[in-house]
Amino acid sequence: MNQPASAYFIEERHDPNETHTLAVLVQNEPGVLARVIGLFSGRGYNIESLTVSETESQKHLSRITIVTTGTPMVIQQIKHQLDRMIPVYQVVDMTLSKRSIERELAMVKVRGQGEHRVEALRLADAFRARVIDATTESFVFEITGNTEKINQFIDLMRPLGLVEVSRTGVAAIGRGPEGM
Amino acid sequence: MSDKSHDPNQMTGAAMIVRALIDHGVTDIFGYPGGAVLPIYDEIFQQSEVQHILVRHEQGAGHAAEGYARSTGKPGVALVTSGPGATNMVTPLTDALMDSIPLVCISGQVPTHLIGNDAFQECDTVGITRPCTKHNWLVRDVNDLAKVLHEAFYVATTGRPGPVLVDVPKDVQFATGTYHPPRKSDVHRSYAPRVKGDATQIRKAVSLLAGAKRPVIYSGGGVINSGPEATKLLRELVEVTGFPITSTLMGLGAYPASGKNWLGMLGMHGTYEANMSMHDCDVMLCVGARFDDRITGRVDAFSPNSKKIHIDIDPSSINKNIRVDVPIIGDCANILGDILQVFKAEAKKPDIKAWWQQIAQWRARNSLYYKKSNDVILPQHAIQSLFEATRGKDTYITTEVGQHQMWAAQFFGFEEPHRWMTSGGLGTMGYGLPAAVGVQVAHPDSLVIDIAGDASVQMTMQEMSTAVQYELPIKIFILNNQYMGMVRQWQQLLHGNRLSHSYSEALPDFVKLAEAYGGVGIQVHKPSDLDGAIQEMISVKRPVLFDCRVAALENCFPMIPSGKAHNEMLLPEQANDEATAKAFAGGKALV
Repeated sequence: MNQPASAYFIEERHDPNETHTLAVLVQNEPGVLARVIGLFSGRGYNIESLTVSETESQKHLSRITIVTTGTPMVIQQIKHQLDRMIPVYQVVDMTLSKRSIERELAMVKVRGQGEHRVEALRLADAFRARVIDATTESFVFEITGNTEKINQFIDLMRPLGLVEVSRTGVAAIGRGPEGM
Repeated sequence: MSDKSHDPNQMTGAAMIVRALIDHGVTDIFGYPGGAVLPIYDEIFQQSEVQHILVRHEQGAGHAAEGYARSTGKPGVALVTSGPGATNMVTPLTDALMDSIPLVCISGQVPTHLIGNDAFQECDTVGITRPCTKHNWLVRDVNDLAKVLHEAFYVATTGRPGPVLVDVPKDVQFATGTYHPPRKSDVHRSYAPRVKGDATQIRKAVSLLAGAKRPVIYSGGGVINSGPEATKLLRELVEVTGFPITSTLMGLGAYPASGKNWLGMLGMHGTYEANMSMHDCDVMLCVGARFDDRITGRVDAFSPNSKKIHIDIDPSSINKNIRVDVPIIGDCANILGDILQVFKAEAKKPDIKAWWQQIAQWRARNSLYYKKSNDVILPQHAIQSLFEATRGKDTYITTEVGQHQMWAAQFFGFEEPHRWMTSGGLGTMGYGLPAAVGVQVAHPDSLVIDIAGDASVQMTMQEMSTAVQYELPIKIFILNNQYMGMVRQWQQLLHGNRLSHSYSEALPDFVKLAEAYGGVGIQVHKPSDLDGAIQEMISVKRPVLFDCRVAALENCFPMIPSGKAHNEMLLPEQANDEATAKAFAGGKALV
């Protein structure tokens, strides 16, 4: 490989990327989310999806679920970098445990009449999406499932008059009786 | 209701800050007043336990606090105002983060109700400093202030040390609340750095060490940060195993430069024997270092045939750049102690005579060779003369960043830790002069020398005024070649000798400048005058600017060219134009 003139060692890395879902338990205090996402932007990590909410209000604990991609070495770095932040209690790699359930919720607005409208309703039924708002020319569907299922549903709605989508991002939890 | 006015723990936020400093054993702080910290300055005025050193620029306060911290092992403290005061601290905070220096910065902020209003001298200090601190806090309630201050000191000094910042709005400084002394519950429950090493990993490490044929110990700044016990144990481990040892720039002094197992510094400008030992070793023990890119050279060719043991207190340092075989997380004093105990009980000194013979051959290449001259002072010669003149004295060295820094690391021998203060990770030009101020405050009777370059030193020259005000007899030893030497070296090696803006057409008369500040100026041109001038500098008990005119075009070797491995070093005798051009594959032809 021909190196450009540089004071740094420039090398190409060829390790394949993996997608991992991380659950991060943090102290719910001002700036904690900025710290976490600042880490990702500052160190050049990817965020595919991010979900945050307080989960134990008495203990002031929030749970952040992050879907990220990177080489195995980068994924390991991300976990260590998160773990060493002062307000972070715990980082769990939900993908590594292989025993986790991932869900997200989407609200999907579709506009159309006649055949398209009927077809949209029929598909929604097949996907177990609920109608949560309706007018004579539109529906808003609520659908829950893993990311792939929701992508699939949205793709099917596109030719039927898809107007708008709002998604929560991924939430994940482990199977079985044990907590995180 | 009880009368709170007689409760000694009832006080203003400003008073709490001074009280917390005292409770944490702080005797000296570095700072610069301004609108948003006036209540704190008012408290400082009315007491005598904490001495405040007035700098000339907030960056100087930060670097002085760093120098203070590195030379004592105690946290350094800086106090700055809001807005520009805080933004001027960004460089020292980042510097301290990169080099793991415990620093506590207290910044003033506009009153709480004005935050977010673009008030005069307002900036988002916690937002700006979030990525350049280990942690930071904005205190909105005076009753949280004591807890936050105590936690700040704890976070800065435990685990992997680092800088922290506490931003205190002016109304919180004025408000009255309850203070409490430091207690355990002040700290986030989520913060619990691991200090004890895993016993299984330690056994694995010992069995690798005991079976080594070509071992090397590679130590770093973590050993010095850990404290005197780690240094003692590292030296003992070298003694017990008989292994060769090299060190990073940050780790110099943990093992004495006069020690018989010392290979010199490793890395881009490290010695040939250190880098070759790293490349050819079969077992590498990395203690408190982080496989930085200045150390490893080309990553895929880094020490290809070795088993690597990595001791580090920060799990994120493990497998960041280099995959290691036996990671051990924890404080290196604990882990070195455990390794020694197991090694002494179960292993015996491996026979590595053949390896030492190999190392002797590499040493014989004399990679730090340079040609002395009778006409002009060689910068390497200047450092050697300085070293000889200060041998046996109680000396502390700081540096700026560039060629002079590398020559200082190569030619000044450090026998003890905490004697060498340099900006390693961030590479901050302008670090050395204010750092020397901080070191001299901590060690008033010691000889404190900033080995400087003519370009770097001008970045924080104003702190000469601080040195004069507090009668700090720091010595600024400037290797003056009129160039930004390291920039020029890279331009010569990689950019066709087009010396774009690396020459200072105009330089101040450093002698007159020293006198203008109220210090002493010395200038020397001739090699024959050098030793006398250095003696004069040392004997003067006032701040000195020493203008040492050196060979203008000397470059720093040996060197690992970019994209090359440890065993492809460019040695000084090979560094003619043709060989250099060839070594820098892809670099443009040299003129």
